[in-house]
Amino acid sequence: MSIFIEATIKVIAAFVFLLLTTLIIIWAERKWVSDLQNRIGPDRAGPFGILQSLADGAKAFFKESIRPARADFVIYMAAPIAAVLPALLIFLVIPIGAPVEIGGTEYTLQVMDLNIGLLYVLALSSIAVYAITLAGWSSGSKYPLLGAVRASAQMISYEAAMGLALVPVVLFAGTTSIAGIVDGQQGTFGAFLPAWNIVLLPSFVIFLIAGFAETNRAPFDLVEAESEIVGGYHTEYSGLTFAMFFLAEYINVFNISALTATLFLGGWAGPVPDFLPTAIQWLVPIFWFLLKTWAVVFLFVWVRATLPRMRYDQLMAFGWKRLIPVSLAWIILCAVAIGFREFGAPWS
Amino acid sequence: MAEVVVFSIFAAVALVGAVVMVTASNPVYSAIGLLGAMFSIAVMYVMLDAHFVAAVQVIIYAGAVMTLFLFVIMLIGVDTSDVYGMRPMVQRVMTVVVSIGFFAAIVLAARGAWITGSDAFGSGDFNGTIEAVADNLFGNWTIVFLSTVMLLTIAALGTIALAYFGHVSADDEEATL
Repeated sequence: MSIFIEATIKVIAAFVFLLLTTLIIIWAERKWVSDLQNRIGPDRAGPFGILQSLADGAKAFFKESIRPARADFVIYMAAPIAAVLPALLIFLVIPIGAPVEIGGTEYTLQVMDLNIGLLYVLALSSIAVYAITLAGWSSGSKYPLLGAVRASAQMISYEAAMGLALVPVVLFAGTTSIAGIVDGQQGTFGAFLPAWNIVLLPSFVIFLIAGFAETNRAPFDLVEAESEIVGGYHTEYSGLTFAMFFLAEYINVFNISALTATLFLGGWAGPVPDFLPTAIQWLVPIFWFLLKTWAVVFLFVWVRATLPRMRYDQLMAFGWKRLIPVSLAWIILCAVAIGFREFGAPWS
Repeated sequence: MAEVVVFSIFAAVALVGAVVMVTASNPVYSAIGLLGAMFSIAVMYVMLDAHFVAAVQVIIYAGAVMTLFLFVIMLIGVDTSDVYGMRPMVQRVMTVVVSIGFFAAIVLAARGAWITGSDAFGSGDFNGTIEAVADNLFGNWTIVFLSTVMLLTIAALGTIALAYFGHVSADDEEATL
């Protein structure tokens, strides 16, 4: 099979999977939040309200997209697209299952395995800030502009922490290829403890916190703090253009969850029972991957339903004065540990 | 074939971005033009198999530096109605002279490839993976690399020192009055 056909099939499959997952995440979040807050939540559209996201999508599709009089039209329309594109592209490097053999050829369940996989993720997440910044600026209105200024400061700050949190993972895996990092987490410590990167606990915690901030989720949702700046950067957006920002946010939540599961929780690694027929054994790693990812998605929702929003100066102080120094110290510790393992004690 | 198509598209984007960056009267458009040019150059790096450099280009320049520019532009709130008057004659002449000089330098640097058809900088089998870049940085060019690190660290320290130690707080000012 030509590489172009294979790539096309994989990309389309990945996008369809991502969009369907997003629909379910939006519904699941509303259900979980309502459960956590002792409410019923959506229950009209379909069984358990599962068609709610579809109904919302249809509503957004038929609503008028209002164009503010003082908006800079070209950038105003380009910003929602710029929000969705990096979100879709990040998912392409995440392996969702073990390689599958079909007709003697091995196919990876990952659109592409880049030598610079992790850097690619960081590069795209650093591009994502433009959508919010430009959306806020081009709306020609003050609340979106305030949201945009907040967003750019917040995302630059927490991107630094996120990048630093990933350094120990790369140090121990010895590669930035995401498939390589998953391979490094196969097997066990001792008898039964899985050899996951979660043993790099500070990195895991910092990555997760930075992930909350990067996706502008509570408790870091100052970018769209409704009690202060209406809707932040998307105040002026309506209809389909608003739906695209909404979509991008939830794809990003899934991406960060999938990345957390892949980088720290072993990805698709997990026990594959022997008694299953070989034809469906390839589904088991996908099951493990989805289970871990959805556990992190639940954490996102749980945190949102539990924690109040931070104040802006707290947010900045937390990022620059806590997370970044801690991750720098942790990198040095990890580097020393690896040096010790490789070369022995300096005095020996 | 595919390479030619991709190159043509992104070369055009890079050139248009560069022109927009210089000519746009609105600083936000300038920033977006520069962003487009930087991103297109990153695509060129990918086509040259320099994946690591491409990623770094996007993370540092497109991601961090340009975001900072945009942030400053928005924070200062440059109005779209700001009109910059025509530049003085001396400056325009200087611009032309420097542009021609720069173009000539590029032609000189690339001449080897243009005339002989071979790579101007030798080394036919180029490998742009992280491992290869690291081998060069920490093997062949360790001293140069570490000197650059020192330079940047000193620059950062200097900035902090200037901003921090020269600072006179409002209380101190009142006390001296």
